[in-house]
Amino acid sequence: MQNTAPQETTETQKAGIIQMIGVHKWYGEFHVLKDINLLVDQGERIVICGPSGSGKSTLIRCINRLEEHQQGQIIVDSVELTSDLKHIEQIRREVGMCFQHFNLFPHLTVLENLTLAPIWVRKVPKAEAEEIGMKYLERVKIPDQAQKFPGQLSGGQQQRVAIARSLCMNPNIMLFDEPTSALDPEMIKEVLDTMIELAETGMTMICVTHEMGFAKTVANRVIFMDEGQIVEENEPNEFFDNPQHERTKLFLSQILAH
Amino acid sequence: MSDFQPHPDLAPPASTVGVIGWLRVNLFSSPMNTLLTLVGLFIIYSLIVPALDWAIFSASWVGTDKNACSHDGACWVFVGQRLDFFIYGFYPKAEYWRINVVFVLLALLIIPQMIENAPYKGYLGWFFLIGFPIIAGILLLGGIFGLEPVPTDKWGGLALTLVISFVGIVAALPIGILLALGRRSEMPVIRTMCVVFIELWRGVPLISVLFMASVMLPLFLPEGTNFNKLLRALIGITMFQSAYMAEVIRGGLQAIPKGQYEAAAALGLGYWKSMGLIILPQALKLVIPGIVNTFIALFKDTTLVLIIGLFDVLQTVASAIVDPAWPEVSTEGFIFAAFVFWVFCFTMSRYSIALERKLHTGHQR
Repeated sequence: MQNTAPQETTETQKAGIIQMIGVHKWYGEFHVLKDINLLVDQGERIVICGPSGSGKSTLIRCINRLEEHQQGQIIVDSVELTSDLKHIEQIRREVGMCFQHFNLFPHLTVLENLTLAPIWVRKVPKAEAEEIGMKYLERVKIPDQAQKFPGQLSGGQQQRVAIARSLCMNPNIMLFDEPTSALDPEMIKEVLDTMIELAETGMTMICVTHEMGFAKTVANRVIFMDEGQIVEENEPNEFFDNPQHERTKLFLSQILAH
Repeated sequence: MSDFQPHPDLAPPASTVGVIGWLRVNLFSSPMNTLLTLVGLFIIYSLIVPALDWAIFSASWVGTDKNACSHDGACWVFVGQRLDFFIYGFYPKAEYWRINVVFVLLALLIIPQMIENAPYKGYLGWFFLIGFPIIAGILLLGGIFGLEPVPTDKWGGLALTLVISFVGIVAALPIGILLALGRRSEMPVIRTMCVVFIELWRGVPLISVLFMASVMLPLFLPEGTNFNKLLRALIGITMFQSAYMAEVIRGGLQAIPKGQYEAAAALGLGYWKSMGLIILPQALKLVIPGIVNTFIALFKDTTLVLIIGLFDVLQTVASAIVDPAWPEVSTEGFIFAAFVFWVFCFTMSRYSIALERKLHTGHQR
């Protein structure tokens, strides 16, 4: 399946590597996502912000099916997400994800964390997987930690390992779910720097974050969500300098106040 | 502008560390505690000295019959004389070597598992789980390769205890893992089946399981089918303990944070790979004490096979002490049996502690 994927690459796919059309989601009775329509082009960098409980994490978790949507269409890399396990696993191979709490595997060394998925999912030989792993550890500037266990690393280092772990699968798309929210202020910068470098390589990125500085420097588009809806989306300068909705203005005044 | 200078680390006061410090804090911290320490020492002394005298210094160690035993201390001559029976049961004397080979092989295979960085540990481990039972089965049962067949009702003693516990331990763990995973499955049919299985076996005493196996089962089977007694005991004990094992492992699975499942899924790992590579290694490590607890319980529960007429090590001792040739040796016999069980159980317990320490990698939580 991996071999045939590049041949299927068409203009439409480039234009909309992620397409969410009329997506609704409920947790039981609770309506979390309401009519989400979102098109993401290849190479685009999108920042999603909004108050807690607005559904922003749920939205990006729908993209790799960690959450199931009940209505509407989600098409990733021209594969539609349905309950078909084959499609889900195919999409998950192409979509990397970083979590707020890193979720590294504590029983494996840093290098083993990086090589596990390439070896078992992509069937890459161990030596080659380790070579790739070391390459990405160098890129996130912690090759000397390869043989340590995650528990021995600082939060910032752990998050960089998590980013490297996703990159080892050579994804087309990277999802970030509040990657700096669990970090001390001194460590936020090292993670953001890593993400900025990643953005410069042309990676398609969707990032849920409250780091507005990051949004200004990196994003092509900022999306503001509230109550499970996309309230406003715009390119960053317009978004910050000239917000259209009262709700957006209130939110921005609150997070930029301090 | 002054520089920040960290205060240097100082050594703790001498009276709070070392042997003196320990004694002072724990045994002689106040007049009352000093008194209690002295009373405690006196009680220990007055218990230990007679016990040691009976068991070792005044005990009779050499001889061939009851006349060799003075009545001042323990009569270990009895245990020495009947040791073959305690170890081999009714196995024919000329075939003892077969059991000995199995024992030696077992020891040779267990030792490398206890040593860190032993060569070929992985291969030896798999051989231990797959090859060894086959070889041991052929050796013990006989009937091929010119080995004289020995029916299982001739098996007994420590050899039988070890056969039952080995099979029970090796089979109960994987079955327990599958049951635990099944009980947490999202598929309702599988989940219900696992819940029913676990609750059924867990809700019944082992004695009644064995009783059912020996008395009731033949009633349901067509007449003339002869189902091996040992096999029935093995199946009964394995099923019973795998239900307990499943609940222990389920506890471990529940302790693994949701993020681990999500991270594994996000990397594209399927169900079996994420369970086998990510979730189970962590979950099993967390519940090593519970798993070993179940193993130890299983080891001791093997004594219940006397219900269906099998002679495990305890039962061989119990039948030897009523021998009129050896009057008044029941204390020695039962102390010996208890000691045998204690040695095996304590070894398992120490191994589990060592394993926990080795697998500790500093959790991120």
